Amino acid sequence: MTFSLRFRAAIVSIALFVAFIGIWHIATRGTAAVATMTPEYAKLMGLTATQGKSAMPGPLDVGAKLWEHLKRPFYDNGPNDKGLGIQLGYSIARVGLGYVLAVIVAIPLGFLIGMSPLINKALDPFIQVLKPISPLAWMPLALYTIKDSSISAIFVIFICSVWPMLLNTAFGVAAVRKEWINVARTLEVGTVRRAFTVILPAAAPTILTGMRISIGIAWLVIVAAEMLVGGTGIGYFVWNEWNNLSITNVIIAILLIGIVGMLLDQILARFTRMVTFPE
Amino acid sequence: MADKFISIEGIARRYPGASGGSTAVFENLWLSMARGEFGCVIGHSGCGKTTVLNILAGLDQPSEGTVIVDGQAIEGTSLDRAVIFQSHALLPWRTVLGNVAYAVTSKWRNWDRAKVKAHAQTFIDFVGLTGSEHKRPSELSGGMKQRVGIARALSITPKIMLMDEPFSALDALTRGTLQDEVRRICLETGQTAFMITHDVDEAIYLADKIFLMTNGPGAVLAEIVENPLPKDRGRIDLHRHPYYYALRNHIVDFLVSRSKTFAAETPGHDARNVPLVRIGKPELFVASVSEETKQASWPGLFRPSTSS
Repeated sequence: MTFSLRFRAAIVSIALFVAFIGIWHIATRGTAAVATMTPEYAKLMGLTATQGKSAMPGPLDVGAKLWEHLKRPFYDNGPNDKGLGIQLGYSIARVGLGYVLAVIVAIPLGFLIGMSPLINKALDPFIQVLKPISPLAWMPLALYTIKDSSISAIFVIFICSVWPMLLNTAFGVAAVRKEWINVARTLEVGTVRRAFTVILPAAAPTILTGMRISIGIAWLVIVAAEMLVGGTGIGYFVWNEWNNLSITNVIIAILLIGIVGMLLDQILARFTRMVTFPE
Repeated sequence: MADKFISIEGIARRYPGASGGSTAVFENLWLSMARGEFGCVIGHSGCGKTTVLNILAGLDQPSEGTVIVDGQAIEGTSLDRAVIFQSHALLPWRTVLGNVAYAVTSKWRNWDRAKVKAHAQTFIDFVGLTGSEHKRPSELSGGMKQRVGIARALSITPKIMLMDEPFSALDALTRGTLQDEVRRICLETGQTAFMITHDVDEAIYLADKIFLMTNGPGAVLAEIVENPLPKDRGRIDLHRHPYYYALRNHIVDFLVSRSKTFAAETPGHDARNVPLVRIGKPELFVASVSEETKQASWPGLFRPSTSS
């Protein structure tokens, strides 16, 4: 009896997940020796010292805490105690804003670079130097000039997501098949109409691939950027919970960062599929 | 020959050479065609056939000389000159109807959707693709794709149809049907057509005039061969015509040997007055077909009647 590949893969996935949770559970059960201490001293110490509990939370702790968070995602008890939904919302909003700005700049500029060999050659040295700069290296400069930590974070997102989109757009536009351009030329199609009816659809899959790479990078960078600028966002939450020594919350945040990143990627993947044409 | 609907006047195409000089693919090329004529250029790869066609289409500029179409020197591409590309060049993200409609809206910009659709549909039906309007090029066979290319070219009702080896990527059977189709279209519409081919039989079947080009670089138009076969020739009994082999042998001989040696052997070749070759005795064709020879496809041809 054979099942579909999908079904068999799902079984293996579930088995791996159960094994991982099981090992995690066993590894964090807490078998350390309990030191004898006076009750006053014990009060100052955590459960690790008094009950021999592992400092690393087990899957049950994480699950319970996660459930607590999921029940109240949007509470707001002041600057250092906000619901995970609010924190994620801040991060997504920052990524969204920086990303949209990058799209607005990168796609027209990429079109220009792709269509004009002169602009391509002229801008190439700048792009080559600017592209490898870590987006976080811009942070002090952004903070100094913009004087607003939140906008600086958006700027960092902008600068990190602009490059893959710019390069992919330029490449996609430059690589449009000559014969398609010739079709438009023999039909006396004007430059603007040609750009929208031939070059854009032909380059769209490449452009969307660039946009998909960009959203991935933006989501990677936002966590680090928020750790630096502080205040709000999932990156800040991670760092704040580290300062609180709440490893449980850190693990939950890591999980959520992964899930949101996957969703963002899937959205762009869907858009890419929509514009991809079979040849 | 008085009517010069297309007149290529002394065009040359040169590319910068390796040592500062320049290599001419062809020089001083003169060629003319009358309205409603079907011209085929035959020559080996590298003789600049495609360049000639691209210049005629306006996709390429000659280094020297001009091209006059319908009394006007051409400047760039034009909707009057439709191109059927070798690689069909359909836009893969558009459907069959979308591809043809794109050409239609390019020509008649203020037509509404219904009118564009109806016009495009007419030409899709004309090339026998009724029912495939909403398919994408990737769902079509090579022959069907090229039919769409033909429909797209015809839909803009061009003065000239330019074809760059349109059927060379197709299998022999499909090529045959499409040649029939092109011949039918050109006869029905009186379309002027200019075609590039490698295929001698294709040229004999389709062309009124066959232009023979020598090998490049420095290619010249060596001869214009007038097709002696009657207008109503059919694919099936083409090879039974008494002049068929003489014509075919003439072209093949040219391609095999004379295309290489032509320049050396013909020092006084006048590019403006290229010799017009008539195979056989043309006066035979003036004679009207009598009743008893009608059952044989070709006048003057004796065939033993084998009644079955």
